[in-house]
Amino acid sequence: MSEPKKFKVHVETALCQGHNRCYSIAPELFEVDDLGNARARGDGAVPPQLEEKARLTVKNCPEHAIRMTAKN
Amino acid sequence: MSTKQPVKDWATDFDHTDPAWNNDPYPIWDDLRKRCPMARSERFEDGAFFPSRYADVREISYDTEHFSSRRVIVREKKFNPVMPAPPITSDPPEHRPARMPLLPAFNPKAIEKLTPGTRALCNRLIDGVIDKGSCDAATDYAQHIPTRVIANMLGMDEEDGDRYRRWIKMALEEGIHDNSKVTESLKEMTIYFGQELAKRSDMPGDDLISFMRDQRVDGQPLPPEKIIGTLRLLLIAGIDTTWSAIGASLWHLAKNPQDTARLVAEPALMDTAVEELLRAYAPVTMAREVKKDVTINGCPMKAGAMVLLSFPAANRDPEMFPDADKVLLDRQENRHAAFGLGIHRCIGSNLARMELRVALEEWLKRIPQFRLENPAGVTWSEGTVRGPRTLRVVWK
Ligand code: HEM
Ligand code: SF4
Repeated sequence: MSEPKKFKVHVETALCQGHNRCYSIAPELFEVDDLGNARARGDGAVPPQLEEKARLTVKNCPEHAIRMTAKN
Repeated sequence: MSTKQPVKDWATDFDHTDPAWNNDPYPIWDDLRKRCPMARSERFEDGAFFPSRYADVREISYDTEHFSSRRVIVREKKFNPVMPAPPITSDPPEHRPARMPLLPAFNPKAIEKLTPGTRALCNRLIDGVIDKGSCDAATDYAQHIPTRVIANMLGMDEEDGDRYRRWIKMALEEGIHDNSKVTESLKEMTIYFGQELAKRSDMPGDDLISFMRDQRVDGQPLPPEKIIGTLRLLLIAGIDTTWSAIGASLWHLAKNPQDTARLVAEPALMDTAVEELLRAYAPVTMAREVKKDVTINGCPMKAGAMVLLSFPAANRDPEMFPDADKVLLDRQENRHAAFGLGIHRCIGSNLARMELRVALEEWLKRIPQFRLENPAGVTWSEGTVRGPRTLRVVWK
C-alpha cells in the first residue's frame, strides 16, 4: 500500500504562458500540450515523495499559475 | 553617428547604450532601484522610462491595455512606419492568432529531437579549437550554436551566419542610433526571405519557412508580408539572444573556477545552474510604447512615451531574489523573467534552454578548467541584447 496523498497540484490555465518550468522540474506531475501549455497529470494528486518537487514548481512558475492544495 | 553626451544622472538621463551601462549595468540598476525605481530619459524621441524593480516590470508586461508592443526597441528616433514582426510586435487581439501556429515547433518534445544534433555540433566546434589551448568562446563557439540550429529549423543555409548576424546587428544595435541601418537590414531580409519563399513555391518541405507558407487562416494563406515579418523575427530572436546567454555563462565560469569545478563534479546541478545563469545574465531587454496615459508606481506616463522593459534588471531585484547580486548555482526558488512575462513569453525558451545547457555540458566535458585570457579585453553587445562579443579564454 502506498502512503495516502495529501496534496494536489493544479494549473490555472488562464495564467499559464507555457514557460514549462513545471514540466522540467517535475515531469511526473505535469504534462504539456502541443502549444506548450501545462496541466497536472491525472487528478493532480502528489505522491508524498514528490511533495518537495511540487512545492518547487509552485515557487518557480514565473506566472504564478500553479496551485498546491490539500486533497480532500 | 551622433555625438553623445556622457550621462550625468542615471535617474533623469539614462542611456542603455552608454559605455558604463554596457560594461557593467548592475551597480547602476541597484542604485536606481533604491533612489528612483522609475528612471527617465529625454535622449529618446518622446521620452523613455526605465523601471528597475521586478514588480513594475511585471505590471507593465501584463498591462496590454496601456502598453503596446508595436515598438519593442527604444531608439533615438522612432522608426516609422512601425516594423511589424508578428507576434512580438502584435497586441491583443492580433497577438494570439499570430503566435499560436508557431508554438508546436518549439514545444518540449519538438526541441528534445534537436538535442542530439546540437550536441554533435558543439563537439565539432570544440574539435576545431581544443588543441590550440585557447579560443574566442564568443566567436569560435557560442555564436555558431544558435545560428546553425535556427538556420536548420528555417531551412536556410547554415554557412551564412555572418550575413544573418550582420542583419541582426544593424536592426538591434546600430539601428538604435541610426534608422537607416534598420531600413537596410529590413530591406535585405525582406528580399532574402522573399526568395526563400519563392524557392519553396512548388516544393513541399518540413522547414519553418514551408510551414509558414502552408498556414491557412479561414482557408486563406497568410499574406507574404506577414510571413516575412515572422521569419525575420525568428531569425533575429533566435541568434544573438542565445549566443549572449551561452557567452555570458562561459564568461561567468571562466571568472569563477569554484563554480566551474562544482558543475563538473555535480552534473545534476545543471538544472538549477542554467536557470540561475539565465536570471543573473538575462540578455534580452525589450520595450513598450505607452498607448494610453497611465500611472505606474506613482509615476505618470503619457501616451507615446517608450518604456525600456528590462527583464535583466527585474531579475536583479533583491526584493524578489534574496542575494540577487550573487550567482547561486543551486538556487531553488527562481521565478526569473529572462524569457519575459505574460502573453509574449519567449516562444524559443525551450530551445534556448536546451542550447545553453548542451553548450555548457559539452564544453565542460572537454574543457573542464579555463580562464579569461584578458579580463579587460571582453567586449559586450549593446542595447536590446547584451552578451560577450569578444571572449578570449585559455585552458593550457
Ligand atoms: C536565451 C535566449 C533567449 C532569451 C533570453 C529570449 C528572451 C525573450 C523575451 C524576453 C521575449 C519577450 C518579449 C516581450 O515581452 O516583448 C522573447 C520573445 C520571443 N522570443 Fe525569445 N529569447 C531567447 C531565445 C529565443 C530563441 C532561440 C527563439 C527562437 C526562434 C526566440 C523566439 C522568440 C519569439 C518568436 C518571441 C515573441 C513571442 C511573442 O511575442 O509572443 N527567442 N524572447
Ligand atoms: S511553469 Fe507555469 S507558466 Fe510555465 S508551463 Fe508550468 S504552469 Fe505554465
